[in-house]
Amino acid sequence: MKFADEFRNKAIAQGIARAIGGEVSSQRAYRFMEFCGGHTHAISRYGLEDLLPANVRMIHGPGCPVCVLPASRIDMAIRLVDRPEVTLCVYGDLMRAPGSQGQSLLRAKALGADIRMVYSTLDAIRLAEQAPSREVVFFAIGFETTTPPTAVMIRIAEKKRLKGLSVFCNHVLTPSAMHSILENPKIRDTGGVPIDGFIGPAHVSTIIGTQPYEPLAEQFGKPIVIAGFEPLDVLQAILMLVRQVNEDRNEVENQYSRVVTREGNRRAKDEVSQIFELRAQFEWRGLGLVPNSGLKLKPAYAQFDAETRFAIHDLRVADNPACECCAILRGAKRPVDCKLFGTVCTPETPIGSCMVSSEGACAAYWTYGRVRDEPLRRTS
Amino acid sequence: MSVKGYQRKLDLENGRVDLSHGSGGRAMAQLISGLFHQAFGNEWLARCNDQSAFEVAAGRMVMTTDGYVVSPLFFPGGNIGSLAVHGTINDVAMSGARPLYLSASFIIEEGFPFSDLKVIADSMGSAARSAGVHIITGDTKVVERGKADGLFISTTGIGIVADELDLSADKARVGDRVLVSGSLGDHGVTIMSKRQNLAFQTEVGSDSAALHNLVAVMVAAGGSGIRVMRDPTRGGLAATLNEIAHQSELGFRLHEASIPVKPAVAATCELLGLDPIHVANEGKLVAIVAPDLADAVLAAMKAHPLGSDAADIGEAVADNRKFVQMATGFGGRRIVDWLWGEQLPRIC
Repeated sequence: MKFADEFRNKAIAQGIARAIGGEVSSQRAYRFMEFCGGHTHAISRYGLEDLLPANVRMIHGPGCPVCVLPASRIDMAIRLVDRPEVTLCVYGDLMRAPGSQGQSLLRAKALGADIRMVYSTLDAIRLAEQAPSREVVFFAIGFETTTPPTAVMIRIAEKKRLKGLSVFCNHVLTPSAMHSILENPKIRDTGGVPIDGFIGPAHVSTIIGTQPYEPLAEQFGKPIVIAGFEPLDVLQAILMLVRQVNEDRNEVENQYSRVVTREGNRRAKDEVSQIFELRAQFEWRGLGLVPNSGLKLKPAYAQFDAETRFAIHDLRVADNPACECCAILRGAKRPVDCKLFGTVCTPETPIGSCMVSSEGACAAYWTYGRVRDEPLRRTS
Repeated sequence: MSVKGYQRKLDLENGRVDLSHGSGGRAMAQLISGLFHQAFGNEWLARCNDQSAFEVAAGRMVMTTDGYVVSPLFFPGGNIGSLAVHGTINDVAMSGARPLYLSASFIIEEGFPFSDLKVIADSMGSAARSAGVHIITGDTKVVERGKADGLFISTTGIGIVADELDLSADKARVGDRVLVSGSLGDHGVTIMSKRQNLAFQTEVGSDSAALHNLVAVMVAAGGSGIRVMRDPTRGGLAATLNEIAHQSELGFRLHEASIPVKPAVAATCELLGLDPIHVANEGKLVAIVAPDLADAVLAAMKAHPLGSDAADIGEAVADNRKFVQMATGFGGRRIVDWLWGEQLPRIC
């Protein structure tokens, strides 16, 4: 596969792995958080941890939009689609995301709710055009990468006068989440965040650029390397992080320079800022309420805002108290440290956020990585 | 069947199925004789009974049944009809058996075009004929518009297996080799490419095929050294090997680089975020074979047109956790888990 296989080359991987092995100091541990689910997936899917020295540990971060969506937002979506006039358009991996009390969109659909799995915002536009009498609501979710397509959808709806189309907006912001992880008092009070550096987002950074990470690197003294989602990208980024740690540097470096610039995509950023504005706070599963971390539609676009249009109010739903997602997302615990992991919480019946999408820390670990930790009993 | 009195001919070009074609009256008799018997034509159906009697040769009988609800009904490489014949033949054949007879039951939605029904029935007839299998009994029901998505087909298959063969998913042994008969994921990717909301262009067609002749040459080469055979349909190779691992209480270790996947399938899976080993096949098999016979069985497979891309992709290992593991092409290793969640409904 042209333009993919080149970034999955075993010989080059072994070369970078040797370089990492040669440069790490045996005197210390290297704990790096890959923020994005895309990186988590690549690490697990290609078995990358097998190529790393034992004292380099990867911590799977909260950068999976489905995973961090709190139960309350799923409950709100179910309330929305309980209205007989509403057709809800969602991305497939949201279907199993847990709401409160065992609710999910999959279950709501089985009970008769009109929920359609779509692959892009264009599908929602098509549905709205085909069924002008329906209230078509697009369940918008994702980090900075998926926000511009939602903005474009609203522009098209405006232009085509699609009166039945609206957006249930759950777009969230990466730098605020990183800030929240680094600043969290729970972690700070127990002796500091056990993270020595970050692998920064690939796709998100194509939009926002590398500049927004600079204050984080400076304020918290952590190196950040923006990296692509291919396994060689991740390995190279780890090598760059190891070098920064060894040289006591805390810089934002760009491994993904074939796509990402410091400024990002100005047109996409402009489009987003014309249509969306910051919410004072937004709830993240595992992180709680994070200030300035979510987007909503500006008042000028209120007609496209499903929350306004259907007067759906914010809900608060407590996470399962036994769920360790909060600590796992911050790197303080590992999936196997959670009592629920692999018992009542599996990808089929996720309890916590990290088990929901294949990019979540627990789901990736369950699906690809368990083999390293579950002991093989020797039988005679 | 002779139908007395005047009856308008079935308009196979522009006509449509209506509720009378499932009502048990003359219209139904006309549909059966004018369309299904024409397509399946054989001595058993010609006797127009509600059942068919047949002779049974020595050996044990094998029976299986399967429902087909694929959407869309027509796809590159086949349609729901050929799939309903191949799929059930394959389920019989995976026991090492020679498939002999099929039944076919149709649930048709009111308004379904005769022309489509004829194409589907004809391809069932020709799939069965070229496999040397007879469709000897059947049933037709018509339901109101909106109560079935065009057409559902159920087929049941019967075959005979030699006494010395006893393939079963609990028979894999540590050290056995894992063979696959060809490239994985072709059928699933083909169906996805034709879904309305997923339309993309691909050169791949469904691999839908009857595998019993391939099975016959494998059995000739490996005999009872073939411990298990499965056709990896829904859930793909990953689900099949996990099932066998659980039933045989062992693990598997696969080598990603040796698993055959067509470039177009790999590219599509890349685009959609799927793994080819989770994608459905309809003309491929997985065989778990004793190590001393694996090379002979693999050579026999490669010499058969349906096994020309066959490959040895790994081995059974002792593992109380029953993990299917894979050495990745990148030099790491990972678990190959069951597919969780719905990759795509109604793939077969």
